[in-house]
Amino acid sequence: MSQHTLDARNSLCPMPVIKTQNKVNELQAGDILKVTCTDPGALNDIPAWCRINGHLIKDSYEENNEVVIIIQVAG
Amino acid sequence: MSTQKKAVALISGGLDSLLAAKLMIDQGIHVEGINFYTGFCVEGHTHAIRKKDKAKPKRNNALWSAEQLGIKLHIIDIIDEYKDVLINPKHGYGANMNPCLDCKIFMVSKAKQWMEENGFDFIITGEVMGQRPMSQRKDLLPVVVRESGADDRLLRPLCAKNLAATLPEREGWVDREQLKDFSGRNRKPQMALAAEFGFEDYATPAGGCCFLTDKNYSDKLVDLWQARNKKDYELDDIMLLKVGRHLRPQPHYKIIVSREDGENKFLQGYKKQFATIEIKSHNGPLSLVDGELSDEDFQFAARIAARFSQGRDAESVTVKTTALDGTEKTFDIKPMPPSEIKQEWYI
Repeated sequence: MSQHTLDARNSLCPMPVIKTQNKVNELQAGDILKVTCTDPGALNDIPAWCRINGHLIKDSYEENNEVVIIIQVAG
Repeated sequence: MSTQKKAVALISGGLDSLLAAKLMIDQGIHVEGINFYTGFCVEGHTHAIRKKDKAKPKRNNALWSAEQLGIKLHIIDIIDEYKDVLINPKHGYGANMNPCLDCKIFMVSKAKQWMEENGFDFIITGEVMGQRPMSQRKDLLPVVVRESGADDRLLRPLCAKNLAATLPEREGWVDREQLKDFSGRNRKPQMALAAEFGFEDYATPAGGCCFLTDKNYSDKLVDLWQARNKKDYELDDIMLLKVGRHLRPQPHYKIIVSREDGENKFLQGYKKQFATIEIKSHNGPLSLVDGELSDEDFQFAARIAARFSQGRDAESVTVKTTALDGTEKTFDIKPMPPSEIKQEWYI
């Protein structure tokens, strides 16, 4: 299991989701990905994409006008 | 023993594609969704840049549809490939810069490619014969079939009974009798079917799903091409066409003036790519400048930007300009009175 980060700031829906999708496809089961976005919609959409694809949302929060989502990649 | 057949569904986020996919799932077909992002797709988030729109739900309707259906959704970035569709549409544009028929052909051809690469059997779309004037006309539906290369592996469950049987119907993968015969612009059959399936709160975009059908947006795109003397764009260009007031006081430069806090924050992300004008003595917009400006141009543009600040009625407003090479200048100017801002400058 390894930790990864993804900077999806300054991109609008659905680019943060596409970037997350593409990054997750490179990772292994159990890996942790921290995604940072500025589009507040990502707070809904990335978790929705994770639910559809079976990945686990470990945490999500807003901080300094940014959205942070922590994902654990499914097997 | 028969194996479960697999269909890839074009999911736009609207009601029709949701219903088409549901009809297939109910026939025991394994369905996965595909959603293409061209850069011009209308989504709540673009509007959510603006603070006044923050109360609106910020959901991606394609993801929402997939969740309702319980299927996987693959969102695919086709921004670069789509340029050729928009710039050189074989079948031309609609009322604005919307190349709807070429767009549909392109998306179905991409879906066919995805189908083949992923071992799927056929493609489904939510097309309804006669619903849209350009891409869903009765005489044009076969053009999509032919020019996409999907041929009889393209099934339109909502209007299949109005069309010749496709391979999935002929082979008995799906029961044609359970498909629909919807046609025309009347949405009542779709709404009744949605109620039958228990779908509520589905998306009903008033202006379609693409910014290119919008006249104001199309005008800005044409202006961009004219100013650059070539039909080309990057993603940032087309994003910025959705944000702020766009004014072109001179042919060689354009000012993008944010309209409120949300847009101000969004435009901050572009400060390294554009010359900027900031109002320092009053609350006011951040403005990006696209083009090469002389000192005199900067003074003129700053007067326009100041007109949209809270110092609009002041004798003098302090502004800071930053050129593309990073050179900063701070000076005082008198905001331009509204009567001097020509209507034709607005794009």
